[in-house]
Amino acid sequence: MSAVMVDDHHHDGPDSGIKRWICTTNHKDIGTLYLWFAMIMFFLGGLMALVVRAELFQPGLQFVDPQFFNSMTTMHALLMIFGVVMPAFTGLANWLIPMMVGGTDMALPRLNNWSFWLLPFAFTMLLATLFVPGGAPAGGWTLYPPLTLQTGAALPLLIFAIHLMGMSSIMGAINVIATILNMRAPGMTLMKMPMFVWTWLITAYLLIAVMPVLAGGVTMLLTDKYFGTSFFNAAGGGDPVMFQHIFWFFGHPEVYILILPSFGVISMILPTFARKPLFGYNSMVYATASIAFLSFVVWAHHMFTVGMPLAAQLFFMLSTMLIAVPTGVKVFNWVATMWRGSMTFETPMLFAIGFIVLFTIGGFSGLMLAIVPADYQYHDTYFVVAHFHYVLVPGSIFAIMAAVYYWLPKWTGHLYNETLGKWHFWLSTIFVNLTFFPMHFTGLAGMPRRIPDYALQFTDYNMLASIGAFGFGLAQLLFLYIVVATVRGGERATDRVWDGADGLEWTLPSPPPYHTFTTPPQIR
Amino acid sequence: MTAQTQYYVPHGSHWPIVGSVALFMTFVGLSAMLNEASFGLPLMGAGIAILLVMMFGWFGTVVRESEANAYNDQVDRSFRWGMFWFIFSEVMFFAAFFGALFYARTFSLPWLGGEGDGAATNMYLWPGFEALWPSNANGPSQIGGEFRQMGAWGIPAINTLILLTSGVTVTWAHHGLRANRRATLIFGLFLTVALGLVFVGLQAYEYIHAYTDLNLTLGAGIYGSTFFMLTGFHGLHVTIGAIMLIVILARSIAGHFTPDRHFAFEAAAWYWHFVDVVWLGLFFFVYWL
Repeated sequence: MSAVMVDDHHHDGPDSGIKRWICTTNHKDIGTLYLWFAMIMFFLGGLMALVVRAELFQPGLQFVDPQFFNSMTTMHALLMIFGVVMPAFTGLANWLIPMMVGGTDMALPRLNNWSFWLLPFAFTMLLATLFVPGGAPAGGWTLYPPLTLQTGAALPLLIFAIHLMGMSSIMGAINVIATILNMRAPGMTLMKMPMFVWTWLITAYLLIAVMPVLAGGVTMLLTDKYFGTSFFNAAGGGDPVMFQHIFWFFGHPEVYILILPSFGVISMILPTFARKPLFGYNSMVYATASIAFLSFVVWAHHMFTVGMPLAAQLFFMLSTMLIAVPTGVKVFNWVATMWRGSMTFETPMLFAIGFIVLFTIGGFSGLMLAIVPADYQYHDTYFVVAHFHYVLVPGSIFAIMAAVYYWLPKWTGHLYNETLGKWHFWLSTIFVNLTFFPMHFTGLAGMPRRIPDYALQFTDYNMLASIGAFGFGLAQLLFLYIVVATVRGGERATDRVWDGADGLEWTLPSPPPYHTFTTPPQIR
Repeated sequence: MTAQTQYYVPHGSHWPIVGSVALFMTFVGLSAMLNEASFGLPLMGAGIAILLVMMFGWFGTVVRESEANAYNDQVDRSFRWGMFWFIFSEVMFFAAFFGALFYARTFSLPWLGGEGDGAATNMYLWPGFEALWPSNANGPSQIGGEFRQMGAWGIPAINTLILLTSGVTVTWAHHGLRANRRATLIFGLFLTVALGLVFVGLQAYEYIHAYTDLNLTLGAGIYGSTFFMLTGFHGLHVTIGAIMLIVILARSIAGHFTPDRHFAFEAAAWYWHFVDVVWLGLFFFVYWL
């Protein structure tokens, strides 16, 4: 044996200063980094949305030129998807999965650090595109050629930023799978795992399967622009529609990547505040797996109007509608979990119930969009914008907020201010509906998305939506305040925090020590 | 020396942030090069250099920990899951380019030629275009000019034999390791690396032949695009796999690995079999059919 030193002396606590955060291999630290990163990006992406809503407050061009307006819609989407929802869920996974399965840490701790620390660099590159000649990407987050190929100097930065985000997601997903499959305490069988762990396991499979496809697709964009290839150029035998197929083969599973962990969060919170076990645990697992499987065979419903054979349209319409079945199972189980429960309505529960109601609205508008002939009318209108914002804002974002309120006392050891939490919920819920509900009507009446101007008859609804958006944005400052105040101090939380809470993480002290479950717990 | 009973959790590492800085410099440098900024090349070069230092340092740390028996069986399983799903992500990366090839051959070219829904497209936009693969596969505008396709039964067939043989030699080396016959291990690995390098050399020769004699370039329409993208990324992966095997060879010569514990060897071997299988796909769908 060669004389090498291995760092096996046991540190009990974290390093001090900035080194703790840059070099950390601790799942709790990395979870915290992810969550704060998501918070920062949430406000940046939100500011971009407010530029859009300010411009759309009135018809005509007021504040920004159309190119910049389109940059704002594009960057808003990229930031919110890749910079907020995905990192926030990965942050939750980091904090919670090892504690929930009774593992010491994530399975591959150094890789875990790298997964996070790629993100600030990726988003530096993405945000830098705002300042390069030709401006930030303005062709929409879907990056369709040939429009996106007209991007100026920003194009390579955009594409390499996406590559880095993809690497980060893939490595994060590999870590989640290895952790769930290999770090469970003895006795924690797969079908005993908390739903949040299950949904993340399935999400991680989706991530590993589709992020590389996006990487391949954007690489072809890059070579088409700079190296003379003809993948998306009909004159050279390629096809711009091919990009749409590649993109949505990634893009549709991606929307489930953005929502499945939310399902897990909601399935954790409802039983606690209904004081009943989750209704139909097994069917929840199978429903999640079915949704994930189906998500691979529905992608072309995003592109019905592009021109495709009738048989393909029928197939993608029917397979899309099939997803309503497992999703319906989930909503049914959530309602059944609450049925005759001794319910209380603390902030996490309010967000969870808000999620169920409002996400279901988004689900129903999704069913409408799946109908091919109806989609010809809805395509690229504000109806689509209303649909996906209902599933993403009071869907994914509400679930993330519910999770933060639910586990923040565990993470920090302090209780948040319940009154302020309720204010945050009600303001968010009112304003989110004020913002997005009118978009259904403007969309059905034919208002196109991604245009900085609109016909006069859409003015009233657009004004309402803009007021709602600014109200929603301001309400999130309250969220920031509540989180910061809870981190800094507040009433001490007990270990169990919620009297109906069940699961391994609640057996640990609040806040948990730096290293937990170094010896595995006993599972009943 | 006995293996640890506790799961090994390293306390802090600076390699990930070094890697992030390196990738940031590499990609910003490459972006600058594509936009013809003069600082691009040095920035990218520095980024790649730092990336190499990072890989040397990071893998070096892991090797030292492994040799010091810091890893128990559970850590070993984590590495296995990690490598397996990494390879799966690579499979999906290639799937995007194979998908482009299949889409172009099955849909976009025949549509341009007027088949099915493409009748009007052909009649009004590209009159007279016949969708013939591969001779007309650079599209109605004959982008890149006339070219000849790369035949399957010359170098590609030899390369197929070379890669398949290298799959055998790496397995032979594995058997040697399992039976603790170090000479077999080292010789088998040496043969595998040598075959891999011959493969890369022949690919390079084939590229030169394509550019100089066949007028087959990256710019030769969808044929050239898919041909060079698929074979290029594959060649890159063979090179990566060969570097992995060279490291494993060096470690074998240094006396690392035991008949029971040699995950690094297996990881490199898995990766090698993966590039082998991808090559079979290339041979069938890019060169032959």
